[in-house]
Amino acid sequence: MNFPDWLDLNLVWFVLVGVLFTGYALLDGFDLGVGALHLFTRTDPHRRLMLNSIGPVWDGNEVWLVTGGGALFAAFPVVYATVFSGFYLALILLLVALIFRAVAIEFRSKQPMAWWRRMWDVGFAAGSVLSSFLLGVAMGNIAWGMPLDERGEFAGTFLGLLHPYALLVGVTAVALFMMHGAIYVVMKTEGDLQAQARQWVRPTMIFFILCYAVTTMATLLYAPHMAARMRANPWLFTIALANVLAIANIPREIHHGRDFRAFLSSGCAMIALMMLFGLGLFPNLVPSNPDPIRSLTAYNASSSPKTLGIMLTIAIIGVPAVLAYTVSIYWIFRGKVKLDRMSY
Amino acid sequence: MRDGYGSMVHWKSKRNTFGGFVLRDETKIGMHAGVMDVLSLSRLQFALTAGFHYLYPPLSIGLGVGLVVIEGLWLKTGRPIYHQMARFWTKVFALTFAIGVATGIVLEFEFGTNWATYSRYVGDVFGSALAAEGIFAFFLESGFLAVLLFGWDKVSRGMHFFATCMVCLGAHFSAVWIVVANSWQQTPAGYMIEQTALGPRAVITDFWAMVFNPSSMERLSHVVCGAWQAGAFLIISVSAFYLLRRKHEEFAKASMKVGLGAAVVASILQIVTGHQSALGVIRNQPVKMAAFEGHYETGELPIYAFGWVDEASETVRGLAVPRAVSRTMLGKAGSTAKGLREFPPEDRPRVNLTFQFYHLMVGVGMALMAVALAGSFLCWRGALSRSRWLLWIMVFSVLGPQIANQTGWFAAEMGRQPWVVYGLLRTSDGLSAVVKADAVLTSLILFTLVYLLLFAVFVHLLNEKIRHGPDPSDMKPGGKLASGGRADL
Repeated sequence: MNFPDWLDLNLVWFVLVGVLFTGYALLDGFDLGVGALHLFTRTDPHRRLMLNSIGPVWDGNEVWLVTGGGALFAAFPVVYATVFSGFYLALILLLVALIFRAVAIEFRSKQPMAWWRRMWDVGFAAGSVLSSFLLGVAMGNIAWGMPLDERGEFAGTFLGLLHPYALLVGVTAVALFMMHGAIYVVMKTEGDLQAQARQWVRPTMIFFILCYAVTTMATLLYAPHMAARMRANPWLFTIALANVLAIANIPREIHHGRDFRAFLSSGCAMIALMMLFGLGLFPNLVPSNPDPIRSLTAYNASSSPKTLGIMLTIAIIGVPAVLAYTVSIYWIFRGKVKLDRMSY
Repeated sequence: MRDGYGSMVHWKSKRNTFGGFVLRDETKIGMHAGVMDVLSLSRLQFALTAGFHYLYPPLSIGLGVGLVVIEGLWLKTGRPIYHQMARFWTKVFALTFAIGVATGIVLEFEFGTNWATYSRYVGDVFGSALAAEGIFAFFLESGFLAVLLFGWDKVSRGMHFFATCMVCLGAHFSAVWIVVANSWQQTPAGYMIEQTALGPRAVITDFWAMVFNPSSMERLSHVVCGAWQAGAFLIISVSAFYLLRRKHEEFAKASMKVGLGAAVVASILQIVTGHQSALGVIRNQPVKMAAFEGHYETGELPIYAFGWVDEASETVRGLAVPRAVSRTMLGKAGSTAKGLREFPPEDRPRVNLTFQFYHLMVGVGMALMAVALAGSFLCWRGALSRSRWLLWIMVFSVLGPQIANQTGWFAAEMGRQPWVVYGLLRTSDGLSAVVKADAVLTSLILFTLVYLLLFAVFVHLLNEKIRHGPDPSDMKPGGKLASGGRADL
């Protein structure tokens, strides 16, 4: 397919990679949140309900991360190489955490022994919390900027990645996913477990709002470059406003028992957050800190225009199909989760 | 680790030719100085993680075909035994699929973590294949897997069968794109080399030439047949076990027929695709074929049944097939095959190890075909349940495709060394510049422990499923499947 010259393919792929990671946050976000809340339930049937609420979908949700990573590799190979080799140990930990999360779901209910189930319960919860935290830390480091050398290689250390701002974003990510997961559990369950999950919504929301407020202040004070575009274009504050309204709407919907709308609000808040992140970042993908001239951008770290065009063709063919069957699958598995003999 | 160290020494002499890429001397661990450097550790880690991952996708692809056949038979005949079979094999499928997904994501990330320079070099070409894999294959597979596993009582028979077909198709698509990407590393095509501020990189010039590079289709067919064999022989193995124990006999006999049918087709096709691949390697990667057969002096290529290469004296001791046979099989290409001496020592792979892996693959492949043919003959004569010796061989035959798939990939990848992209980029030049040996050692230990645990749990759970056997209640479908009615989708 040939695309017109005025189409800025680098911008398009900056947005598309952002869309893929946003899709991941929206979808696997609630899976990870359910995992983080898993140990707060006490009985075996409740834990099985928690697992099975995400049972049919977690796997497809994780594909958003896989495809996001693939798209990053293809569209911005320099960024992929620098970030993944620079975050070496952090990423290995993320992989191990994701492996434990995945196999814990699969293995837990295959044996009746209490020790067996407890072991995988802990694996599921720890894997989910650690994955959320590390994803947040990675985002925090991107927002903060990374030390890069003259060849665009990471010039810092593993411990250097764990600075307070990055840790703060890591905790915020855990809080956000816990809130998102709590609302999801309310939506997908009934009876005792739903009543318990309703109790989780408020504290996780307060936890998230506190983290979010502190992160926002820290960003304005210490990473002001993330807000530069907003200062130049005040109308962009409507996105920040939409974000706040979406979050404020959650308790209202929960109060009225409109759980699905609460879940949508939480999703909208996440989309707005990712938009603010992307707007703050563009055109950078990895801002260089302290030496901004070495930053990796959507223009100096990208693949050739031909590859970006080929991939856009692939995306135009593939994405509508992906969306169509993702929606149908969520539709097939709509409603409250019930345990049957195929359940985990 | 001899070749690892050797390539590194070689690389140091050429450092100025590759974008000023600097590997620090402290990247070697003190106590193993010179042995376990970053290159060896990273290769070992990639071999471990890729090899472990590759135990599972072939099973998913092969069982996927089995499930389509079984569920198709159920739709066509309505016999309850096929429903029971579909349910049982779906559970086995789910187990292999889960570990395949969990270990697959590691590989995608590892290109960036351990092979960053390689990633920058190939991203423009390799990345689009990987992205296509995500969009076309993984979403399809994982999405419809939900219906396959959890949708039995929620959708109609037709819809469920459709989902099964889509999962199977998705599994095959994922093989397509990853084999295309790997084949591009073996026989690069449709690209040009561009100099950038950060070093040289391959840039795509012709997408379809990249996709249909000289080795991709023959290698893809070879890989897919190997995956069908993996699934087919798992079904055969479990069925043979039940027949030996005289348990679940109706289930075992019906499963055995499906397994044997698939095994015969896949094993015969495998010989054809294997032969095509071998001819392709002679044409496209002569040094690799020379290593496969321990062929040092240019001239007529021998075909060994087995042997041992003495790399010091450059001789092979072993049993070769008669000249007349090899001449007929290889034709003109084999008569003037280049020998290893045509290539400087630093451009050769490790010969004996590559030779052994290659011949192990071929030998096991032949044995699998023999088992499939013998089993089908006895099954046709109605004598299989009495042939306990063959049933015992069949129980262990499940290991055959796994061994052949692993050694086949080892031969293909080791035969490509010292190149990561054949003729363009050396493996030692593809490493991450910033990752040190201690970090790779840490991750290697971590992956080894985690994978040992996973493997133990997988074998345990698979064993439990097999001992438990098919569920008698599965002889009656429930929910919407019972009526065969339409789902309210």
